[in-house]
Amino acid sequence: MAEPAKKLPRIEISERRCKACSICVDFCPTNVLEIRGTTCVVKDLEACTRCQLCDLRCPDFAIRVFD
Amino acid sequence: MAVAKQKLSVPFDYDKYLRKDKLPHIWCPGCGHGIVLKSLLRAIDNKELSKNDLCMVSGIGCSSRTPGYVDFNTLHTIHGRAFSFATGLKLAKPSLKMIIATGDGDAMAIGGNHFIHTCRRNIDMLIIVYSNAIYGMTGGQFSPTTPIGSIATTSRYGNVEPPFDICEMAKAAGATFVARGTAYHTQELERTFTEALGHKGTAVVEVIDSCPIYFGRMNKQRGASEMMENIEKNGTVSVKQVDKLPAEKTEGKLVRGILHRVEKPEYCEQYDKLIVAKATK
Repeated sequence: MAEPAKKLPRIEISERRCKACSICVDFCPTNVLEIRGTTCVVKDLEACTRCQLCDLRCPDFAIRVFD
Repeated sequence: MAVAKQKLSVPFDYDKYLRKDKLPHIWCPGCGHGIVLKSLLRAIDNKELSKNDLCMVSGIGCSSRTPGYVDFNTLHTIHGRAFSFATGLKLAKPSLKMIIATGDGDAMAIGGNHFIHTCRRNIDMLIIVYSNAIYGMTGGQFSPTTPIGSIATTSRYGNVEPPFDICEMAKAAGATFVARGTAYHTQELERTFTEALGHKGTAVVEVIDSCPIYFGRMNKQRGASEMMENIEKNGTVSVKQVDKLPAEKTEGKLVRGILHRVEKPEYCEQYDKLIVAKATK
């Protein structure tokens, strides 16, 4: 029997608010995020541990992590 | 309590306290002011304060743009005089919980006199001093908290003026709650703000903040994340650890945490008592 699929978190990033300061990218312990152009994007969602450090640190109210 | 909230499946909703149409805010990429505001909003949520009972007052500067983004009663006033406007408003309507957002230049230089007399009166308000050691809005001039030797637009060969210690100054002037936090230690800052909001009297919280665009760029701290890491590694030491650590590890560092807390008669209450005593005579 196949293993049930791991439930992934949902990371919402507001492109309008993000200023690509890269604080979330540098403080993420598992390298989930990266900067692409003028906004932050999710690179590797499976690595996310829902620690919410990006949510706490984002100065621009741009990122939210839903379980 | 704060940690328990983090475990919920829905993250903290900052938007309920913000004027969403005013976002994105004008602060530069990587500016710590947004992080401080987030800590404050979580602390307000912890205390379950109503938006209508809060009033945020500010002067001029980067930090003083804060009231523009929060959905409370707000007042954006003249440079350094936020304390005076807040004192007037508090006396007219003592039920309001006053929060002052001010910067190191606004509070220590232009409004220095107003700051010390507000502390002296012990009027019930929370004063948040965003201390980024520079005048960001006007182009990076050195401020009263710029460390000796730092480069600024007006000190190209290094600053020679010794900086102010904002917490010592507030304590000496008579503030009854004095604390220091940093933009890096955001959950600790939330707890400090929660304590400060519950205090009756003048509460001064100095927040060590980062200005990557002016201070960082001129002082070889490239990028917002590097500045944040510097705050953590070289900036401050917790008040709980300061006595346990050897002297060489605490030398030159600022102490963060609640530094001073006493109970004294509050100004509005004393004033009301006087009015009642004289009017019923």
